[in-house]
Amino acid sequence: MVDAVVNLGVSAPPRRRRAGERAEILAAWVLAGPALALMWIMLLGPAVAVMVLSFTDWTFGMPSFAWIGFGNYLEMAEDPVFWKTLRNTLVYVAFVVPLAVFIGLGAALLIEAGTSLRGFYRAAFFLPVTSTLLAMALVFQFAFHPTLGAINRTLAVLGIPTTDWLKNADTALFALGVIGVWQAVGLSMVLFLAGLKAVPKDLYEAAAVDGADSAWERFRRVTWPMLGPASVFVVAITAIRAFQVFDTVAVLTDGGPNKATSVILYQMYQEGFSFLRSAYAAALTVVFLGFVLVLTLLQVSLQERRTHYG
Amino acid sequence: MRSTRIKPSEIGFALFRHGVLGLGALLMLAPFILMVSVSLKPPGEIFAPEFTLWPQTFYAWENYSAAFSKQPLARFILNGFIVTIAIFTFQLITALPCAYALAKLNWRGRETVFALVLLGLLIPHQVTAIPLYILFWKLGLLNSYAAIILPSTISVFGIFLMRQFFMTVPNDLIAAARLDGLGEFGIVWRIMLPTAVPAVIAFWVLSFVWNWNEFFWPLIVVQSEHLATPPLGVVFFANAEAGTNYGPLMAAATAITAPLVLAFLLAQRWFIDGVTMTAVK
Repeated sequence: MVDAVVNLGVSAPPRRRRAGERAEILAAWVLAGPALALMWIMLLGPAVAVMVLSFTDWTFGMPSFAWIGFGNYLEMAEDPVFWKTLRNTLVYVAFVVPLAVFIGLGAALLIEAGTSLRGFYRAAFFLPVTSTLLAMALVFQFAFHPTLGAINRTLAVLGIPTTDWLKNADTALFALGVIGVWQAVGLSMVLFLAGLKAVPKDLYEAAAVDGADSAWERFRRVTWPMLGPASVFVVAITAIRAFQVFDTVAVLTDGGPNKATSVILYQMYQEGFSFLRSAYAAALTVVFLGFVLVLTLLQVSLQERRTHYG
Repeated sequence: MRSTRIKPSEIGFALFRHGVLGLGALLMLAPFILMVSVSLKPPGEIFAPEFTLWPQTFYAWENYSAAFSKQPLARFILNGFIVTIAIFTFQLITALPCAYALAKLNWRGRETVFALVLLGLLIPHQVTAIPLYILFWKLGLLNSYAAIILPSTISVFGIFLMRQFFMTVPNDLIAAARLDGLGEFGIVWRIMLPTAVPAVIAFWVLSFVWNWNEFFWPLIVVQSEHLATPPLGVVFFANAEAGTNYGPLMAAATAITAPLVLAFLLAQRWFIDGVTMTAVK
C-alpha cells in the first residue's frame, strides 16, 4: 500500500540536461500549475490561515485585530461548553464507530459466504451512503416522532419504553448516532468486501489442512488476520467521518436540548457564523483538525506495522 | 470438498444468512420506504394510529404538486445540477494534467507537489470555511454560485485517484504518442483520458454525490433561496412548512434524493469501485 510512494523516492541518475528534458520540466509545471495554484488558494493556504487567525482576537467585520497568543485556546480550556461539546463529539464517535464497523464486517462476511442475492444486499446496505443525508434526516425526524413515529410505534408493540428521543437530553445524541450508524455501515461493508476479495483462497485450504474446520476457526486463523490492514483503514475513515458530524445536528437538534448534542463542528459553525467570533472559531477548527490528523497518523503507523508483520 | 448432496447444515446456514441480511437490508431501506410511503398519503392517513405501507387514498399528485409549487423545488434541483456539473468540469480539467505530470513526467518538485496532494487529503474541507468565507467576503462573492463552486474546483482526491490510475498506463504508449508528434497537452486529453475512462467515471460519480449532498458550505455562503442547493432547499422547505406538513415535505425529500438513487442504481459498480479504489490502492 505504500509502494506507490516509495517508487517516487528512486531518482534518476544524474545526466546532462537535454533540450527534451528541459521541455519536459516546463510541460510538467504548466500541466500541474493550475491545480497547484488552486490547491494553495482553496485548501492549503486557508488551512495555514486558520491557524494564524486562531492567535488573534479578530471578530468578523472589525477593521483591526491584535495578537493574543494562546488567548483563544485558554478561553476554550475554561469554557465548560467547549468541554461538553468535545465530550459529546467523542461519545458520538465511540458510539458510531464500533457499531458501523462490526455491522459492516458482519454484513460483508455474510454476503461473501453465499452467492444468492449478493448484488441486492450490497446495494441495499450501500444506498444510505449515497443518499442526501439532510433529506433522510427529516425522514428520521418523522420516524422519531414521539407519537406518530414508526420507531416508537414499533417499540410500543414490543413493550419497550419510549421517549421523545430527539428532545430528551439523555437520548438525543444516541438518536443522532443511530442515523450516523445507518449511514456509515455501507461504507465499512464495501471496504471489508474489497478486503475479503484480496484474501488468497489457498490460505483457506492450507488452514483446512492444519485442521481449521469450523467457519469460526477459518475466520479466526485466516480471514481476520488478513483483514488487519483493511480494518485499521475502516476504523480510521469511519472515525474521521463521525468526527465531522454536522448535518443531522444542524437540522434536527440545533445542538440541544441544553447543548446535549452540541458537537465540535456545530460549535465552530455557531461561533464563526452566528456570533461572528472568527478567531475563536478558528481555534476550534484547529482543535478539530488536530483530532483528525491524530486519527490519520494512528492509522498510518498501525497500518504500516501490520502490513510489515502480516 | 463439497459434496453433491445439499446438507441440512447448508440449508440452515442459507436460512440464517438470508434471515440476517434480509432484516438488515429492510432496516437500511426502511427510511426510503417510509419516505416514499408518506409522500403518497393524505394528511389524515399520515396521522392515523395504524400505519399502512400503501395509501388508501392516493394523494401523490397533491403532495408532489404542493412540494413543487410552495417552494421553488425545481430550482433547487436545477441548482444541484448547475453546481455539481460546474465543479466536476473544473476538477477534471485541473486534476487530469496534474495527475499526468505526477505519474509520468520527470521533474524536480514532483515529490514536493505529490507530498502537498497527500497533505491536502488529510485536511477536511470544513477547516477552510472561515478563511474562505473572509476571502469571498473581501471579493464580494458571498451569496453567489461562484462562492458555492470555487472551493470545490480543486479535488486532491481526484488528483490522487487519477495519478494512481495513470501509474499503470505503460510508458511505451506515451513514447509512441510523442513519436507521432503529439504534445504533452495532447497526450493528456487524447491518450491518457481515453485509457482512464473507468477511473474518470468513478471520480465523476463520487464528485457528483459529494457535491449534491454537501450542506455545510452552502449553508454558510448562501442566503438567497434561488441559489439554494438541494439539501439547503429541503431545509428552507422544512422551515417554511414548520415541520408539520409531512406529505409535501416527504415528497420534496423524495424528489431531491431521487437523482442520486437513480445515479447509484445505474452506476453502482463505478460507485463502489471508486470508494474502494482509494482504500485498497
